[in-house]
Amino acid sequence: METGSAVTRRLSLDPAVVAAARDLARRAGQPIVEMARTHTTVSVERAVLRLAGLQGADDDGMPWVNRLTDAVREATGLEHGVALPAWDALRAGGYADLAALARDAAAGRVKFRIPGGADARDARAAATAALARGIGRIDAQRAARDQMIAATSEPPKPWIYLIVATGDIQEDIPQAQAAAREGADIIAVIRSTGQSLLDYVPEGATREGFAGTYATQENFRLMRAALDDVSRELGRYVRLTNYASGLCMPEIASLAGLERLDMMLNDCMYGIIFRDINPRRTFIDQRFSRQIHARAGIIINTGEDNYLTTADAVDAAHTVVVSQLLNEYFGKEAGLADGQLGLGHAFEINPAVPDSFLLELAHAQLVRELFPAAPLKYMPPTKHMTGNVFAGYLLDAFFNLCGVMTDQSILLIGMMTEGIHTPFLSDRDLALENVRYVREAAGRLGESFRPVPGGFIDQRAGQVLGESVELLRRICDDGLLNAIADGTFGITRRPADGGRGLDGVIEQADGYFNPAADILERPQEPLPPPAASPAALSEIGAKP
Amino acid sequence: MTGPAQIVRPYGDTTGDGRVQLSFTLPVPFGTPAERARAEGAAAQLAAKMGLEPAMVVHAKGMGPDFTFFIVYGRVAHLVDLSEVTVAEREFPLLSAAEVNLRIRAGLGRKLVVVGACIGTDAHTVGIDAILNVKGHAGEKGLEYYREIRVVNLGSQVEVPDLVERARAEGADAVLVSQVVTQRDAHISNAREMAGAFAAAGPDRPLLVVGGPRFDPAMTAALGVDKIFGKGTTPREVASYLVHALTPPLPDAAAAGDQDGLPEPAAGEPGAASHAGASA
Repeated sequence: METGSAVTRRLSLDPAVVAAARDLARRAGQPIVEMARTHTTVSVERAVLRLAGLQGADDDGMPWVNRLTDAVREATGLEHGVALPAWDALRAGGYADLAALARDAAAGRVKFRIPGGADARDARAAATAALARGIGRIDAQRAARDQMIAATSEPPKPWIYLIVATGDIQEDIPQAQAAAREGADIIAVIRSTGQSLLDYVPEGATREGFAGTYATQENFRLMRAALDDVSRELGRYVRLTNYASGLCMPEIASLAGLERLDMMLNDCMYGIIFRDINPRRTFIDQRFSRQIHARAGIIINTGEDNYLTTADAVDAAHTVVVSQLLNEYFGKEAGLADGQLGLGHAFEINPAVPDSFLLELAHAQLVRELFPAAPLKYMPPTKHMTGNVFAGYLLDAFFNLCGVMTDQSILLIGMMTEGIHTPFLSDRDLALENVRYVREAAGRLGESFRPVPGGFIDQRAGQVLGESVELLRRICDDGLLNAIADGTFGITRRPADGGRGLDGVIEQADGYFNPAADILERPQEPLPPPAASPAALSEIGAKP
Repeated sequence: MTGPAQIVRPYGDTTGDGRVQLSFTLPVPFGTPAERARAEGAAAQLAAKMGLEPAMVVHAKGMGPDFTFFIVYGRVAHLVDLSEVTVAEREFPLLSAAEVNLRIRAGLGRKLVVVGACIGTDAHTVGIDAILNVKGHAGEKGLEYYREIRVVNLGSQVEVPDLVERARAEGADAVLVSQVVTQRDAHISNAREMAGAFAAAGPDRPLLVVGGPRFDPAMTAALGVDKIFGKGTTPREVASYLVHALTPPLPDAAAAGDQDGLPEPAAGEPGAASHAGASA
């Protein structure tokens, strides 16, 4: 993982105010972390089983991890975790593997219990060994990524991020490969819009979706293999992104680690505010999923850009910063390095506002300097794309220009047909032409971009930082869960006991056992340096 | 009817020149000189069949090995008969927030209750939030800002039976449903399903309003709803329509008492307006 290059300081931000903002974010986040440490969720437990290799689904498409977790929950509860009763039953019943156990459990033929004494020790040891193998697979994928990058190349920043979303993985693949050939460094496969509220992860390769393609382990594997092919062809490593947010965050994070996805959308409050997922469920799931991402070397993308799609991008600029600071605190607490924090923001100021481009520069530069080592993800205009595709193309060019001037790390490529239809092949091609032109024409403009101290841009950045500190103070006073419940993050009041998925939250009992969490919480031994042996490389590319 | 011409043609730079521009992609390669010539010929052929005669292929660019993008200018032979254009005119006057509140107070004597949701698999609450949230849209505050409107925003992916039940429990005067996702015409089938469920639930159903960028506002009867709002609808238009449809007209005297703008309860409190921003 990169350590982050030195960022050019262009603003006269007060370091004391910056430090105060971070401190407030930590204080606001700490009670949430304590809650997450002492609770588990059905999805965390299912993720444990997935990491141990349990795959597949019953005839109705319900995954075996759901069937087994539900059976254990019914018999013993999940207060002790799924692993202890599951591996106890696995041993006692002489099952060949978890899938066989799950089949019998679903049929009601397994008696689960919380074992004690030597039985408990044996179950724990077996579970720990299984999870060590599973997490070993994630480590191997991380090393494989490093090897792929060494054998191809790391593209220069900003990385060009492009979305495919046909609903059909077999259509997505050629589109993604075409986009990579045209210059995309990152391919994001948008999920089917219904998936975030499904309390299970669909199985297999899927060819039907609504405004996106289901995130499944097999779809992950197929797309990564296709991008490995095109990475080798281009001599440039093409990253793959998907979405962890929603009710199955820990499971999807696990699958992403196992199948070597490179980036995942994973925001601390997005599911709460935009999807009405229960706040407790979200924060507990989020912590475990981020521990997985940390281990897997996956860069998370946070969702602050969403705040600006209906909010006014000038009035709400500080809410973006507040959320970024919270995401940073939660992310680092879960073990993510600075280089894994793809904090989000967006170019969404109404172009009719005077000095709108200067305001955008101020906001983008502020975020850049607050998080100098973070691979910031900068989102293009959507709200003020009017259907006038010609004006939209110009606005996208200004977005690209702002991105290169302020050293943004990841540029999501704007489409001039935003809001009209899912992009045509030609829309994508024109968008890439736009960013290529800006990069080549003005890619080094940043070295000469020095806002006048005390001038408009400098003052505006300081003002947004000040407003962020004020809002964080209020959140600290209220408590973050109360602040969310009171509608601090918008008119949407999201009480701690409301929303979807609360019935999947369980307080841990004494003796709670989660072998995956135990491994992930341990300080990690440094990974061996990537050795790009030809043998290892052909291994990576091999399709089963 | 006299006045402006009833028969018109597209205008490039001269009256009646009929000049238009379009762009499209054909699944043809643009590699070798022979392929390029064939691709441009294919584009010209399509333009001719679309009524562009003569047509000029001003730009052609290969996109990957299999596709070519074209920009074409040409002259269309078609005439536009303005007398045959039908327009769905707004059947209700646009009211200010003060007028909306006054009409509700005078006409209903209680708050007007609006239940809003995204139904089916649609998780895109951007549209419904833009209409309902105080924050609003296009410089206009949302329905939550109107004192005499009580808003219950159920959010995303609401099941139709839950929506029907909640509308009943809240005593909804109107149900607003927003649909952004349009793949496989999900917006159409979802709206029909909702209308059917309300019809089945009894005779006293609330006013049904749907909105989304891909709806055809003329399809109310086909969908079984009362009103369809398309792209670019503002909260004020929706509020004005609700008042028009749900309250009796005001006597002239009362309407003439044009009120000052309402005080701004939300914006007056420190930080309230910017907090609304975070909800999106």
